Amino acid sequence: MTWLNAVIQGILIGGFYALFACGLSLLFGVMGIINLAHGDFAVIAGYVAVILVPQTHLPMVFGFLVVVPIFALGGYILQRTIFQAALNRGDPLTILLVTFGLSIITENALLQAFSSNGQSLNIGNLITDSINPSNVISISDISLVVLIVAVVVLGGLQLMLSRTATGRTIRAVADDREAAELVGINYRHVFGIAAAIALATVALAGLASGMITEFAPTSGTNNLLFAFEAVVIGGIGSLWGTLVGGIVLGVAQQIGAQINPAYQILAGHLVFLAVLAFRSRGLFAVREAA
Amino acid sequence: MAALLELVHISKRFGGVVVADDVSVSVEPGEAIGVLGPNGAGKTTLFGMISGDVRPDSGEVHFAGHVVNRLDSAARCRLGIGRTYQIPKPFERMSVFENVLVAAQQGAQTRGPESHQSAISTLERSGLLDKANRSAGSLGLLDRKRLELARTLATRPKLLLLDEVAGGLTDPEMHELVAVVRAIRDEGTAVVWIEHVVRALVGAVERLLCLSGGTFIADGEPRAVLESPAVREVYLGTEELAIEGSV
Repeated sequence: MTWLNAVIQGILIGGFYALFACGLSLLFGVMGIINLAHGDFAVIAGYVAVILVPQTHLPMVFGFLVVVPIFALGGYILQRTIFQAALNRGDPLTILLVTFGLSIITENALLQAFSSNGQSLNIGNLITDSINPSNVISISDISLVVLIVAVVVLGGLQLMLSRTATGRTIRAVADDREAAELVGINYRHVFGIAAAIALATVALAGLASGMITEFAPTSGTNNLLFAFEAVVIGGIGSLWGTLVGGIVLGVAQQIGAQINPAYQILAGHLVFLAVLAFRSRGLFAVREAA
Repeated sequence: MAALLELVHISKRFGGVVVADDVSVSVEPGEAIGVLGPNGAGKTTLFGMISGDVRPDSGEVHFAGHVVNRLDSAARCRLGIGRTYQIPKPFERMSVFENVLVAAQQGAQTRGPESHQSAISTLERSGLLDKANRSAGSLGLLDRKRLELARTLATRPKLLLLDEVAGGLTDPEMHELVAVVRAIRDEGTAVVWIEHVVRALVGAVERLLCLSGGTFIADGEPRAVLESPAVREVYLGTEELAIEGSV
């Protein structure tokens, strides 16, 4: 039963990893941007919530109503200005260095403004409420909510990409930018939309992290590592893959922790390495056409 | 009638290589023009300057009454300049239908059922309807060329720029594609067609240009251009001009 509980806890935390990895997967899949500031953006979302949400008198659980629109707009603007300027240089290293710089700037600015103390988002009883089907299995309400949000967001995005006109333009640009321009698609605008969606999901992930655990100015880097692992395990280019990747990573960590609490992170890394070694394109890699 | 496309004193060089040297030419609405020229003559670069991939060093590109120099290729597509690539560039991870649908929605700015209808009829005339649900990445060369053409047609161009449609195809395959291009021309779409396979061109265009060294060395009725000494000299010793068995 304790093993079953480990698997259940792994699935719950895996949903959070997947939500976190979603924006990373999207930015890389569409624009080829490896966003090293991804984790730091999520931390910013936490602080934005700490500052702005109390002023709206909304309960913190509904903080996403405030933070997500701000991040979506910010994502569009960031893409059309800094990221696009870096992409225009034509060297993949430029954009990588730009996101690295943004990561350092963000961490230090947050340290200046908020000190290195950890914070969390106060959601009242939700943090302690749980469902207990047996005396060793405990499903925290908020973790369950985050898992459901992750499934809805990733599934919804996958549907949007495959079924809607906007989704099709995003896929067309991701597939062949030049050909996309030739059929009348303004790729810069499409990049902006993709970045807006990515940052909206980053905001959700940042809020979720603040509700489940706590965040500090430097916690972005750790989260980034797990997000990368989830994307690579699942396979680049597939959002369903990212969801499964997050869950595989979460379950591996919890089973590792069950064997020995010191093995939690190690077990996740080992599964990640095993996938890289034996299925380097990921479990759900989108098959490249011959 | 005002010209549909007008190149005014266009020049372009890449380093020391002149690919367009003060080129001026105009295309009337509905006109079908073939463009010949040896490799490296600047044909594809010329298309690039019309479609917006390449910026000329000097000169102006006029299309349908606008100076389009400052517009990117997406905006030029929406104005009515359609271009195919010599090496087809389908969206490989999308279905054949989606390839054409996205062009109808973005290039021709159609919505909803109209865009679906437009995509279906374009696939039908290009002979791809039975493969509509296949992944574009799984297509063979002929079907890739058909799709390249279909996707451009779905943007509803006023001017169609074709870059080597017939190359690499067998004769019957080539005839099929030429028939599609003729039908497009007959509907009043202007066509400018770069082609090495001269016999594909001859029956389908009423005017032939020959580009060499960045300038047009001949311009006129196809037979006359092919027989002109300047064109003969450029192609001397090659068999590219063979027109026996012309379409």
